[in-house]
Amino acid sequence: MLAEIRLPSASPRVLLPAAALVAMLVLIFAMEPRAMSYFGLTLLLNFALPAVFAAMAQMAVIAAGDIDLGLGPFISLVNCLAATWLTTRPVAGIVALALLVAAYAAIGALIHLRRLPSIVVTLGASFVWLGLALLVLPTPGGGAPAWLTTLLAVRPPGVPLPVLISILVGLIGWLLLMRTSYGTVLRGIGGNPRAVARAGWSLLGGRVALYTAAGILGVLAGLALTGLNTAGDATVGTEYTLVSIAAVIVGGGEFVGGIVSPAGAVIGAWIMLLTGSLLSFLDISTDWQLSVQGGILILVLGLRALEERPAA
Amino acid sequence: MRRTIRPQGWIVVAALAAALLLPGARAEAGAASTASDGIALSNSYAGNGWRQQMLKMWDLAAKHGIAIGAIAKTKVVNSDNSAPQQATQISDLTLQGWKAIVIDAASPTALNGVIQQACSAHIVVVVFDSLATAPCAYKVAYNYVQMGEIEADYVAKHLGDKGNVLEVRGIAGTSVDNDIHQGIVQAFAKYPGIKLVGSVHGNWTQSIAQKEVAGILPTLPKVDAVVTQGGDGYGTFQAFKTAGRPTPLIIMGNRQDELALWKQLAGGPGGYPTISLSSAPGVSSIAFWVAQQVLAGVNVPKTVHVPLLIIRANDLDAWLKAVPPGGVSTPLYGQKWTEDLIAANLGHSALPESPIPTGVP
Repeated sequence: MLAEIRLPSASPRVLLPAAALVAMLVLIFAMEPRAMSYFGLTLLLNFALPAVFAAMAQMAVIAAGDIDLGLGPFISLVNCLAATWLTTRPVAGIVALALLVAAYAAIGALIHLRRLPSIVVTLGASFVWLGLALLVLPTPGGGAPAWLTTLLAVRPPGVPLPVLISILVGLIGWLLLMRTSYGTVLRGIGGNPRAVARAGWSLLGGRVALYTAAGILGVLAGLALTGLNTAGDATVGTEYTLVSIAAVIVGGGEFVGGIVSPAGAVIGAWIMLLTGSLLSFLDISTDWQLSVQGGILILVLGLRALEERPAA
Repeated sequence: MRRTIRPQGWIVVAALAAALLLPGARAEAGAASTASDGIALSNSYAGNGWRQQMLKMWDLAAKHGIAIGAIAKTKVVNSDNSAPQQATQISDLTLQGWKAIVIDAASPTALNGVIQQACSAHIVVVVFDSLATAPCAYKVAYNYVQMGEIEADYVAKHLGDKGNVLEVRGIAGTSVDNDIHQGIVQAFAKYPGIKLVGSVHGNWTQSIAQKEVAGILPTLPKVDAVVTQGGDGYGTFQAFKTAGRPTPLIIMGNRQDELALWKQLAGGPGGYPTISLSSAPGVSSIAFWVAQQVLAGVNVPKTVHVPLLIIRANDLDAWLKAVPPGGVSTPLYGQKWTEDLIAANLGHSALPESPIPTGVP
């Protein structure tokens, strides 16, 4: 019965962004040989950590056929909590973060039970997150817990930390979502919910599982950002909403049909991050960065459409 | 059943990871003079007149610095008011081996991690205008509390310690607004005859100031003076005019429309005594030369206080001539002036006054 669920053919979807990423890295290394060192890569890719976690969180929501417009402010809220409560009152901080994950699960349940459009619910939630963040930390400040900054300053032998964690996160996501039978069920919620329900799986349980995963990954993104910034700011995460959506799409995901790729999302996050660095190394004005990021998005979608036509 | 071919993506990533391990070339060693050094500017936002003028002043200072052989090169990167984006840009500048990075920050705290990283790579970091709190960075800072005090003292003396004052504030929650407000309140405490009758947030924007002042005016008694924060004087005047109220003493900022208004009012019967106080966008040129001085090995304090731009009636014509319509007044500060400034900061003596412009910069 599960075989009825159409599995996405993933190879060109992931190979295209992977090739683009390789091309970008080659260009960056050619322009700035110093980037091709352990220290250089750490600098270049440090901010990949929050971006990769954010992309994976967004991917979990998109896998359910939904979209999360509140992810950026959610990351800001985690940043504010981590820079205040988690430092001064660790127990309260951990409880608060656990409650945030529970809130994400509840949002998933609400969307399913009331058949609400996720775009509206998560947009509404984004204002709640922003409001809470401003309540926790009205003006930028606070300080990251020492263990968090230490953790992010770890220099593992051989592979720089952001590279190592990106690969691990993508690998775990791939194993859970693509290699387990429940992962197939979860992707089926966005792809063919009727088949999933007929096979006896709970759609509510599946959506709650995906939103819980999104909540956990969102918390990890906020913690990573806090460790890098070493302080809190209630508006710091705003851009991650759109960056995470773009990363999932560039990495081979689609807004409908539960078609997502964990490896692709990681690669997509790297591409969105490295665009700015590449332009900088090519000495192109940063004013072009947003346009180029948007252009990449349109180009990827266009190429994919071309590729899919004969196959269909 | 599972037709996923995802592992191919991972082979690519693994290959990349392997490529990363290749040792990179190391940069050349620096010289004693700063002639071969580069100073980069990381700016958080370029979307308003003040920041545009600030970038122009940086450009002029850096070009002059290159012309006289003080530095070799410069580069400007702007972010879209996004702290993570600016942090990434600062990482890139660190990687590119710039000797000094000057920063107008998107957040007082969110850049501290990358700033610390740059400092650890022996890069000189100077922050100005919108500061970051990282301890290793040199801070080029205005004393905004003093700005409020000077305004309040001027108003109190001019009114003879008797009258009603309206306060037009900046963007709520910013440290600049808090500091100016604090200065005004504590200075007025010395003058029991002065009464603060109202306060609105004009957000340093003429249109918003006009709307907010127009909104509060019907509830106010006669207003004798208005203390402002700059960028709001012209809008405040328009609100009084529209309401048919007599024009009070309005403290001006350094926008061209404010100075032109002052000139126009001063031409009327009885004149129009006031002063203009502001932070000048040319502070970017001070930050540039401070970075150059640190690179040159000069002893520079971690916080360099800069004097406010104060325009008095005598100098109004010179300033008005130097600013284009719609522009923001600013001096361009030079190397010698900055050296004097640093010396004054070290000796805790009076800061040098801002130079009066001699032509259009």
